[in-house]
Amino acid sequence: MSILVNKDTRVICQGITGSVGLFHSQKCREYAEECQPGVNVFVGGVTPGKGGTEVDGFPVFNTVEESIAATGANTSMIFVPPPFCADAIMEAADAGIELIVAITEGVPVLDMVRVERYLAGKPVRLVGPNCPGVITPGVAKIGIMPGYIHNPGTIGVISKSGTLTYEAVWQLGNVGMGQSTAIGIGGDPIIGTNFIDLLELYENDPGTEAMLVIGEIGGNAEQQAAEYIKERVTKPVAGFIAGVTAPPGKRMGHAGAIISGGSGTAAEKIAALEAAGVAVAESPADMGTAVQRAMAK
Amino acid sequence: MKIHEYQAKQLLSEAGVPVPRGIVVKSADEAAKAFEELGGAIAVVKTQIHAGGRGKGRFKEHPDQPGVVLVKSADEARENASRMLGNTLVTIQTGDEGKVVNTLLIEEGVDIQDELYLGIVVDRESGGPVLMASSEGGMAIEEVAAETPEKIFHEPIDGGYGLHPFQATKLAFRLGMEGKAVRNAARFLPQLCRFFLDNDCSLAEVNPLVVTGDGTLIALDAKVSFDDNAMFRHKNFAELRDLSEEDEAEVKAADTGLSYVNLDGNIGCLVNGAGLAMSTMDLIKLHGGEPANFLDVGGGANAEQVTEAFRIILSDDNVKAVLVNIFGGIMKCDTIVEALLTAYDKIGFSVPLVVRLEGTNVELARKMLNESGKDIITAADLTDAAKKVVGTLAQ
Repeated sequence: MSILVNKDTRVICQGITGSVGLFHSQKCREYAEECQPGVNVFVGGVTPGKGGTEVDGFPVFNTVEESIAATGANTSMIFVPPPFCADAIMEAADAGIELIVAITEGVPVLDMVRVERYLAGKPVRLVGPNCPGVITPGVAKIGIMPGYIHNPGTIGVISKSGTLTYEAVWQLGNVGMGQSTAIGIGGDPIIGTNFIDLLELYENDPGTEAMLVIGEIGGNAEQQAAEYIKERVTKPVAGFIAGVTAPPGKRMGHAGAIISGGSGTAAEKIAALEAAGVAVAESPADMGTAVQRAMAK
Repeated sequence: MKIHEYQAKQLLSEAGVPVPRGIVVKSADEAAKAFEELGGAIAVVKTQIHAGGRGKGRFKEHPDQPGVVLVKSADEARENASRMLGNTLVTIQTGDEGKVVNTLLIEEGVDIQDELYLGIVVDRESGGPVLMASSEGGMAIEEVAAETPEKIFHEPIDGGYGLHPFQATKLAFRLGMEGKAVRNAARFLPQLCRFFLDNDCSLAEVNPLVVTGDGTLIALDAKVSFDDNAMFRHKNFAELRDLSEEDEAEVKAADTGLSYVNLDGNIGCLVNGAGLAMSTMDLIKLHGGEPANFLDVGGGANAEQVTEAFRIILSDDNVKAVLVNIFGGIMKCDTIVEALLTAYDKIGFSVPLVVRLEGTNVELARKMLNESGKDIITAADLTDAAKKVVGTLAQ
């Protein structure tokens, strides 16, 4: 079992004719073919004005609507450049896509404000933007993560970061654990899916036994997640927060990773998670063992 | 991107938000002339730096000279300006090193009846911009929030429409305004919100907002910064950037597509990915070291970028050792080692270099490092890497 991505997932890539979009569509297709031989998971792409053409075996459509009609896609992976990303997300939602995974980095914050309003009340889930994507090991990956480091298993991973998530997944592998699903939610101030949304899904997923939450400085999503864990989550949860040494007022790579006005520090997030009974790894080298600790509790 | 007060006021004024009349000057004589031109009995001389706390700030060269002063004659304007220009102002926000003042804003005096606070930021929780208003004008909003949070009023701003007039009126009454001031607020507040939305601001703060004796509202001070991700829509803002206000190494890094932040420690780090880069700093600290920087080389990490990254790290004289921490995913470890070795030769390393690699093709990559014959210390895992790099300093 898993969340968000399963054997019914059929994906189109918006921005497939760009070099990055094509490269990762190919990688995603390879991974899906390994996992589900003979099943076509990555069914095509969308680039306005290039409809009717084909790129490395992927049919290209002008609009998301057309691509759904032709392929039955229910999921979109977005690689379009930042100025057009918000519009691409809204187009996908309007066309009836159920899961949108926006990889694009550098989307203006106010664009995301408009996207959030547009998506409100629609039956669609957005992951990202500025995220590595979603992977259900052994089924499919939608995003830029290296597929082979993941193993099918029972740990649900949620993270604001990319390579730090790979690190965590690697460590889980070293202690003999795999993932039900691993999701990068992105490091921007306004994102589609947050910790709480996924904690709820993992809590209700019979295939997930425990969760690993990886956060960082900035905002208070981790504190809210801690509140939620305390009240609603019965499964073991481990965590890690990056940025204990980050100075205030400086943006640490991710647009959202900034301590402002003295709030959003790692210390307050760690304290909140620990108060909620989460096994927090002190060192980034101990994320795997923190999950073991959480499960042994 | 941060801009100066005088630039913010110019943009606000163009957007219909009232600001005091003012003249930007770069010399003491110009300051005196500006006083005459403004024609009032008083004027304010304001230093222009990208940091707050100027009024309470003092100059290194003239410990009695504040960064903002009220003057009553052209001569006084000249004297103050000459003590400010070219000198270093230290405020609570500049750090001990302070900032050199190159520009002054000379403004007309304003009849102040009441001072209020207005600020707009994007609120992550509600997923949209929010207007904060307080009767505690002139104070840092963080202090008000900590001590008397009930004195701050919040109004969510519709990301498409802006602030509705009723919201502005509601706030005006809450802030204790009366008569003409309320009518002016119903125009001023929505205009400020419109300005925020139209220009992709990440912060727009008017502190204080002044209510004059006749009920006019004026932005006495203004602080504006823009969302870097939205600059493609505002190409004209590029000319507002003041590079002298920014860290040279950070600017250089950004130009090469690297994300770099200078810190106080002595262990330089080069990492791929922002989250891992932050964690690497934490790891160094956990094992008794002090990180000298945050540096994310991004997903690509080619020889050119790695070389530039090393150059930037080593340009900091405090750096006594360097830790490279790479998790190779799509970008394979051996490709990164190739880039690393090329960069190593180009740079000529004078401090110990510890490399920790994990991920795709890691065996091959470690072999390449070990057989390179270069003085590079390889680490087996994260903890080993941190211990080794901290250990090099003890020797």
